[in-house]
Amino acid sequence: MSTLAELAMVYAQLSLLAFGGANAVIPEMQRQVVDVHHWMSAHEFASLYALAQAAPGPNMMVVSLVGWRVAGFWGALVTTGAVAAPSSVLTLLVTGVWYRFKDAPWRKALQAGLQPVTAGLIMASAALLIHSTTVDWSAAAVTVVTACMFIFTKLNPMLILGAAAFAGAIGLAG
Amino acid sequence: MNRCMSEIRPRPGVFELFAGFFVVGVCGFGGVLPWARWMIVERRKWLTQAEFTEMLGLCQFLPGGNIMNVTIALGSRFRGVRGAVASFLGLMTAPVAIVIGLGAVYDQYGGLPPVRRAFVALAAAAAAYLLATALKIASPLRGRPLAIGVATCTFVAIAVLRLPLQAAMPVLALGSTLLLWRFRT
Repeated sequence: MSTLAELAMVYAQLSLLAFGGANAVIPEMQRQVVDVHHWMSAHEFASLYALAQAAPGPNMMVVSLVGWRVAGFWGALVTTGAVAAPSSVLTLLVTGVWYRFKDAPWRKALQAGLQPVTAGLIMASAALLIHSTTVDWSAAAVTVVTACMFIFTKLNPMLILGAAAFAGAIGLAG
Repeated sequence: MNRCMSEIRPRPGVFELFAGFFVVGVCGFGGVLPWARWMIVERRKWLTQAEFTEMLGLCQFLPGGNIMNVTIALGSRFRGVRGAVASFLGLMTAPVAIVIGLGAVYDQYGGLPPVRRAFVALAAAAAAYLLATALKIASPLRGRPLAIGVATCTFVAIAVLRLPLQAAMPVLALGSTLLLWRFRT
């Protein structure tokens, strides 16, 4: 199977599993891209994730970047399209019937059931990313310090990310 | 389908949908949700706050990117499939171009020691940002041992046992739904 077809398969599947958005499927994306298809190393995947965070737009951007890295311009179009199409078709179909089932008990039950699963998935994404970005003690220090800033201060997240990159560039961290 | 739409406000055309979401895509540093809300509710007044919250709830409930789903739901509500496609392309075009540009720059200069060190630190901070987001998303589970148990099982299945998501997700979602339904308060 060609690489583009493989990318399309991987990301079309991720599309329908992404309950809670792209961040929930980061572990599976990493498993597919790194362990199953050997397109890149775990560290390189984490770098692409970081790069995607520095760009504007939805937090799906890591998808386009992985496609671009693996198969160039067409790779980016294929992964972006593949991750969007199945969930978009589903959204298109479901919006039509949504209001009819607004108060249905099964819908409320499903929504309540998905909530903790989503939370666990995103926590798993964070743990796996931290595992691959912690290459040495100073990277660990950056994670701890910036995590405290994200959690306990109201600073603009872009400011914190920028400060971390700057500290790394001048050799204070990283 | 258009039941909840207010009749007073003008229905945006295909180009307006594209342009509106284009601005959201360009502006949305560090997450597009706040910008999407601002554009849809305050700037263009396509939906009321209540309508937007309800639409977002639906889009968070469905798989896929939340705001990506909003472009589909809102676009199709006003202009059918063409509106959905226009809104989606509006949101995605600029960010995809920008992120590929960043990738190219990184490829060119990523080998330089200061750039490489900057990226090690940026990657560490980006992972920390996701951790903070995860804690925020998990905060409604506080004081609900059953929900915390489900979240922990999910975490262990994916992060520790590294089970494939296609196999784990249906089991976890269904198990969680039945469990929380059985012991609902």
